[in-house]
Amino acid sequence: MKIKADQRVSWALATPVLALLLWCVVYPNITIIAGSFDHGLGYWREFANSPSDREALWTTLVVSIGSVIGAAAVGLPLAFVLSRVEFRGRRFLQAVATLPAALPPLVGVIAFLFLYGESGVVTRGVQHALHLSEAPWRLTGIWAIIFVHAYTMYVYVFLFVSAGLERLDGTLDEAAAGLGASTMFRLRKVTLPLVTPALAGSMLLVFMSALGSFSAPYIFGGGLRVLSTQIVASKLNGALGMAYVETTVLAITAIAALLLLRWFERRRSYALTGKGSNTRISLRGPMARLAPVLAAALVFVLVLPHAMIVLVAFARDGAWTTQVLPPEYTLDNFKHLATDPQLWLPVRNSISMAVLATIANIIVCFIAAYLLARRRFAGRGMLQLLVVLPWAIPATAIAIGLASTFDRNAPSQLRLLLVGTFWILPLAYFVRGIPLVTSAVESSLRQMDPSLEDAARGLGASWWLAMRRVVIPAARPGLAAGATLAAITAVGEFVASIVLYTHANRPISMEILAQLRNLSFGTAAAYSVLLILLVLLITVAARLLGGRPERVETIPTA
Amino acid sequence: MPGTARLSLDKLTRRFEEKLAVDSLSLEIASGELVALMGASGSGKTTTLRMVAGYEPPDSGKVWLEGKDITTRAPRVRGFGMVFQHYALFPHMTVGQNVAFGLEARGVSKTERSARAATALANVGLSGASPRAIQSLSGGEQQRVALARALVIEPPVLLLDEPLSNLDPNLRRSTRNELRATLRRLGLTALFVTHDQEDAFAVADRVALMENGRLLQVGAPEELHDNPVSRSVAEFIGRATFVPGEFDGAKVTVHVAGSATTFAAHASASLSGVRAVLAVLRPDALAFVKSGTGWPGVVTDRRFAGTQLVYRVRVDDHTEVELQSTDRDVREGDQVSVRVVREPVSVVAV
Repeated sequence: MKIKADQRVSWALATPVLALLLWCVVYPNITIIAGSFDHGLGYWREFANSPSDREALWTTLVVSIGSVIGAAAVGLPLAFVLSRVEFRGRRFLQAVATLPAALPPLVGVIAFLFLYGESGVVTRGVQHALHLSEAPWRLTGIWAIIFVHAYTMYVYVFLFVSAGLERLDGTLDEAAAGLGASTMFRLRKVTLPLVTPALAGSMLLVFMSALGSFSAPYIFGGGLRVLSTQIVASKLNGALGMAYVETTVLAITAIAALLLLRWFERRRSYALTGKGSNTRISLRGPMARLAPVLAAALVFVLVLPHAMIVLVAFARDGAWTTQVLPPEYTLDNFKHLATDPQLWLPVRNSISMAVLATIANIIVCFIAAYLLARRRFAGRGMLQLLVVLPWAIPATAIAIGLASTFDRNAPSQLRLLLVGTFWILPLAYFVRGIPLVTSAVESSLRQMDPSLEDAARGLGASWWLAMRRVVIPAARPGLAAGATLAAITAVGEFVASIVLYTHANRPISMEILAQLRNLSFGTAAAYSVLLILLVLLITVAARLLGGRPERVETIPTA
Repeated sequence: MPGTARLSLDKLTRRFEEKLAVDSLSLEIASGELVALMGASGSGKTTTLRMVAGYEPPDSGKVWLEGKDITTRAPRVRGFGMVFQHYALFPHMTVGQNVAFGLEARGVSKTERSARAATALANVGLSGASPRAIQSLSGGEQQRVALARALVIEPPVLLLDEPLSNLDPNLRRSTRNELRATLRRLGLTALFVTHDQEDAFAVADRVALMENGRLLQVGAPEELHDNPVSRSVAEFIGRATFVPGEFDGAKVTVHVAGSATTFAAHASASLSGVRAVLAVLRPDALAFVKSGTGWPGVVTDRRFAGTQLVYRVRVDDHTEVELQSTDRDVREGDQVSVRVVREPVSVVAV
């Protein structure tokens, strides 16, 4: 009797959520795959025979693998030093080391342009110092993309490996030392094998992010083709069939990487045994004095992009030509933003679209997470798959799917005309936010003692009262964390926006790009500063609303 | 070579912030001897063991191994095997790889490694367990693998940190007998930490009792039980009723149930010349006797403790003694007579 009623509640909640996800996540992907076979295998043959597509696929793989190597080369040693060596400022540095992930994707790329681009501050500084007649390097091509990726994506490796090291049972290392193992032997035979699952997981994450990365190849690629930019180019050229094939290839590669990642995560379990008591090596002598200096240097390098954006935001447009640093400073860039309605419009657009998408995320993802964490029903496996799908599929692919599905009014095919309207971007942001919010809320709900809800029901509370007084409060930290991530992603979103935006609802990122093309660097930077401030504001607001600050493990934004 | 080692702790001191964790502790361990460091949690026993192993540097004091000062040597060159409380078995290695780890670190060839690991496993009764995964072992098996892993490097002194505390009571009893048998058979010298006196008594030749970072008493288990040097020792080991009395250097006189009774006394050297003392009456040194031949009293509590019964008897307004008896017929409220039937009686300072 009770079980039947429970099943009814499960299905009453699951049916609309599943229907919505099928409609806005699965349907667009099916449209793409179906579209790629419009001429039978024609488009696929064209793809296989096109040298530029072969080059794009090859470059994408090279860039992704290069990014993985670069991110691991930076993130792994940093994680080891910051979690295993004790020195003054260690904790501060651990926090600073995650800063690159806080830059919205396009803003990070622009900061690199200002710093290391042909007319960048560091480039010019080196050129002047060495009295070179031209720039010592050019920030284009594969190496530039890998450099930018390594800088922003090492954070995944750093966070995963640090967490793995924190969880590691410290007595394992002591036991190995007691048995006569040297430091190197212990590192090779005990510590590294134990963090390997975490390392492998984070490397796959970097691989997936690099695979779908759009901003860096778009800005720094030069003539270089990668799949994500190739997709957008094909679409702009009207070669939709090719765009579909390219999107399918990209999405399948990403999903394969996701499956591999899941497999590694299942193998990770043994690293959690034992009680964690970690001993850190204390530095003595000259190393102790050197460590803070090196640490400060690292902080400087990591903060430089943020600082550069702020600096350029106050630079007078047009005055910065061949000097190392912008020569003239002004508040005009911000004044224009605030006074010119045409310049303010993108800010308003981004905020309202992010708010709409996040509210929808909170409602839909809470129900999905509740079902996943607390209920057993037949559609559970499918729901689980649907909520991670938008995370695995690169944003470009999501955007192409939405663009080709909601481009006409055809109620019989469940199609609505959304392309060219205001609503297409909030919908894209909502889709991208689904995995972020759902996984955060789900992990919060899993921490809740399962008998709490039963206890409330046993005390006579209705389902709704138990939900309101017990389940929702337990989910609050996860809701706050997930909503923060979704809102941050939405407010700075670039990759899906570039495919779907219209002039009237252009978001901040598109305006930044337009200003860059205009060579109005100051205005572009002012928008970027505004974007960073919005991100900060969202974070602080979520902290206040979310109650107790809590680290909720979520899958990071790609 | 195990069997000839001799370990000496010389005024070891370790301070954590303001707290003295270990306070000028000295202890000698003869080769082939099994010594237990016993104490309540926070008494400094684990810190002492970690200083011996080299995981914790002493603030002052020295550790000597076979006449050599090893105080500043790193753990990995000391060559002590250590068995950890939670065993610290490497989860990514098989049983055999775990046991052979110390040999691998010493560059021993693969064939010799596996042969010696197999011998070590056989020594702890786990022949053939070599290819098994750590996750497939029971708690008792994990404990024995940890022991084999420490034994295989032939440590001059084997160190064990609460080796039995993670086992359930029945397994614990059988494991501690096995542990002593194994250590004896191999002629090992061992220092082990425990908070449990049954473990300590079952395994160790000598027990070093610690409190607040200091050694209270070192001696054979019976010695600690029968001749405690202080009230703390008498309270920690076994059960006791403390009765005030006067001590004249050889005898102690107590006033119980309105009469003075004199017993042959045993006191530690520090007690010479002290008059007012406490007599330590152990439950097993008291017995029910025919009425008129002992202290008259009323039974206030009766508790079944396995093979024996434990009674509490109120003998006067200030004194309630505890006694063990195989006599099951005495009930609560019964009028009885009790008497000290085993002398000498230990006396400790008030």
